[in-house]
Amino acid sequence: MKKQLFALLFALVPMAALAAPAPDVPHSMTPDLNDEASLQRGMQLYVNYCMGCHALEYQRFARAANDFGMPQDLVEENLIFSSELAFNDQMRIAMSQEDGESWFGAAAPELSLHGRLRGPDWIYSYLLGFYKDPSRPTGVNNNVYEQVAMPNVLEPLQGVQEMVCAESDRPIEGAELDPLSGKYQSCEVLQVTQPGKMEPDEFEEAVYDLTNFLAYVGEPSKLQAQALGPKVLIFIFIFGVIAYLLKREYWRDVH
Amino acid sequence: MGNPNRVKAESGIMRWVDDRFPATQFWQDHMAKYYAPKNFNFWYFFGSLALLVLINQILTGVWLTMSYNPSGEGAFASLEYIMRDVEYGWLIRYMHTTGASAFFVVIYLHMFRGLLYGSYKAPRELVWIFGMTIYLLLMAEAFMGYLLPWGQMSYWGAQVIISLFAAIPVIGPDLAQWIRGDFLISGITLNRFFALHVVALPIVILGLVVLHLIALHEVGSNNPDGIEIKDKKDETGKPLDGIPFHPYYTVKDLVGVAVFLFVFCVVLFYFPEGGGYFIERPNFEPANPLVTPDHIAPVWYFTPFYAILRAITFDLFGLEAQFLGVVFMGAAIAVLFVLPWLDRSPVRSMRYKGWMSKVMLALFAVSFVILGVLGALPATSLRTAVAQLCTLIYFAFFLLMPLYTKMENTKPVPERVTG
Amino acid sequence: MADNGVNRGRRRFLVGATTVVGAVGAVGVAVPFVASWQPSARARAAGAPVRADISLLEPGQRITVEWRGRPVWVISRTEEMIERTENSDPGRFSDPDSERPQQPAYITGPLRSSRPEIGVLIGICTHLGCSPLYRPEPDAVDMDDWPGGFFCPCHGSYFDLAGRVFRNVPAPTNLEVPPYRFEGDEIIVGEDEETT
Repeated sequence: MKKQLFALLFALVPMAALAAPAPDVPHSMTPDLNDEASLQRGMQLYVNYCMGCHALEYQRFARAANDFGMPQDLVEENLIFSSELAFNDQMRIAMSQEDGESWFGAAAPELSLHGRLRGPDWIYSYLLGFYKDPSRPTGVNNNVYEQVAMPNVLEPLQGVQEMVCAESDRPIEGAELDPLSGKYQSCEVLQVTQPGKMEPDEFEEAVYDLTNFLAYVGEPSKLQAQALGPKVLIFIFIFGVIAYLLKREYWRDVH
Repeated sequence: MGNPNRVKAESGIMRWVDDRFPATQFWQDHMAKYYAPKNFNFWYFFGSLALLVLINQILTGVWLTMSYNPSGEGAFASLEYIMRDVEYGWLIRYMHTTGASAFFVVIYLHMFRGLLYGSYKAPRELVWIFGMTIYLLLMAEAFMGYLLPWGQMSYWGAQVIISLFAAIPVIGPDLAQWIRGDFLISGITLNRFFALHVVALPIVILGLVVLHLIALHEVGSNNPDGIEIKDKKDETGKPLDGIPFHPYYTVKDLVGVAVFLFVFCVVLFYFPEGGGYFIERPNFEPANPLVTPDHIAPVWYFTPFYAILRAITFDLFGLEAQFLGVVFMGAAIAVLFVLPWLDRSPVRSMRYKGWMSKVMLALFAVSFVILGVLGALPATSLRTAVAQLCTLIYFAFFLLMPLYTKMENTKPVPERVTG
Repeated sequence: MADNGVNRGRRRFLVGATTVVGAVGAVGVAVPFVASWQPSARARAAGAPVRADISLLEPGQRITVEWRGRPVWVISRTEEMIERTENSDPGRFSDPDSERPQQPAYITGPLRSSRPEIGVLIGICTHLGCSPLYRPEPDAVDMDDWPGGFFCPCHGSYFDLAGRVFRNVPAPTNLEVPPYRFEGDEIIVGEDEETT
């Protein structure tokens, strides 16, 4: 038995050693696909603030409505703005690639798979990472995505954020820990200098919801996998126990 | 009718069948009266598991082709169509992607078992060679299959591998272009890879699996002691240390299947991306011939050979490093085929070989794993040095084998199987 | 491997248990493969209900809308057409009272419609799938006392304006009535009448 365990470990070690490194971004978030309220708020933010430019080519309104527990008429009234789009359609947009390129210098990417491509931590940090930078054509820059072409569309909610010299309780990359105050001293701290409609905490919540929604959109089947997984595993376990008893019974013959 | 000595059922429908088709004979030859050594251990589960995964791959693969669109314009979108719009499409696809990685886990452990107990030695050379051919084709199958999602990593992974052929002197560039069928990897390449992946290679692999099993059942299974159970038979001609495959190993393998399926389903349902090693992140972006991802790494099961390729950074014998790397990578696989003739030891099993064989096998296994890890990481000068050392050990294990297996003292082999 | 000491009952039970659980597992594995042949979300989106404005439909006229790749006729029936259809001798039809399941449950009566003046039919002959021709006028076809209806040119089947099939023609059943409901000036084909 010991030998078998050793062999199994031997097989698993390389897998563990290869575990993907966490992306290097200032914030992290854990999506909660079972939080329907958060996903609903996230979807609402998405259609109001993002869908002007970013399509979700593979996400159907109907699927999200079903997964978030939203009735069809509510979705049609509050979340589908274009007369071209029906409940069963994907969340497409009218803006063409060329328009995007001429307005922002780069076409706004389709975001269905961004939750998987960049990961939720990156999206969350990116959305929190806009700060005022008059040298940029859009007036803002981003501390996760340098020279970003996208304007800070959430500014009405967040207010104006600036990069200032300040102290922070949270560790900041490249910042020094001040041994007296126990705080981190840095000139790359992002701070809201002109308040928006939301308090900073409230805004972080909103960005959490939006990121949560995008994480869901990346892989809606995750909900189904989570529902089906335990049943399958329990079944296989029971089968394994019976198979083991059967094996033991037959192997009594072998001396 | 047919062979008069053939075993037939006494009466009934099976008798009718047996008069026309050797069903009962076949069942007895390969299951009920196929005598396998009674001392199989943990390592002997992986053969039947490989068969299970093969069936999984074929079934899910057939179902995936029903919704997949093998064109440069439609491939990526059709994958998302399968993942989102087709009922249970996500499950069938993840069974296929997880199955691909599981196939290599199982095959690598199966091959290691062969190294451990000398299962390649006479009279099982052909079993080994058929097996190695399956492994080689499986790598081709996996490589071509990985292009089909038409994501960034699919595209650039294929780009790197096809460029290997371009490194061959004189004919290289033309050969690479012939493989692509275009001046770059395009929908044309995708179409031919699709045809090979879903039709040609699976047929050949299935045929080789049959040959592998026929050859095995002709000579009989090896065992952890590496002794021939056919040498000691009782008065009825049954090997004293053999037990019928059915029911003893069928029920035992069933337990192995349950344990395997449990682990498989944990990955399938909760970690289908395998931490970014079964499905790599850049593959969530459609193929773009103009933008290369920051870091290209092949899927994990190719990384040991990829590391060997990258480890060759120097010119040798008048060959350029680029081509030499390809040569080394090819040699790393080719050398496996001649293994039966490299091992000169009088015993088969590692249990009775001397310390040199044991040390070399351990070093080899560790180097292989290290190469696998390095192949997935971006190269640095330190990592390249480590990879060079591991490459050296990899080849030393094989090329010095005729010497150390002959030099070392072996332990006496028991008459009958132990434990 | 002698038989001594073998508990045959236990062995048989365990073989049975493994077989049963294994068979359940095999059926479970088959479920996703079978279910994946169901219409996908894309097919269902394409087969979603269709709307048509019928406010401008003149009495006696017919429009054709496409639903799930099939022609659906919406016919505005005149008083006279209604009368001719209702007064036809039921003996001339194979299934005059629509007893076979060729229509939703809420479609009843000789006119086979929820509003007498609007007929909705799937325009596919129930014989071999041709699309019959619209022949609303009396004497439009070679039949005595023709009440108006549809004639399939492929194999000569006749239907009246309610889609009821005449006797002694190849078509076995009445024309199919799709689920539909009205909303203002529009008809929605493919959605059932709301049951309140």
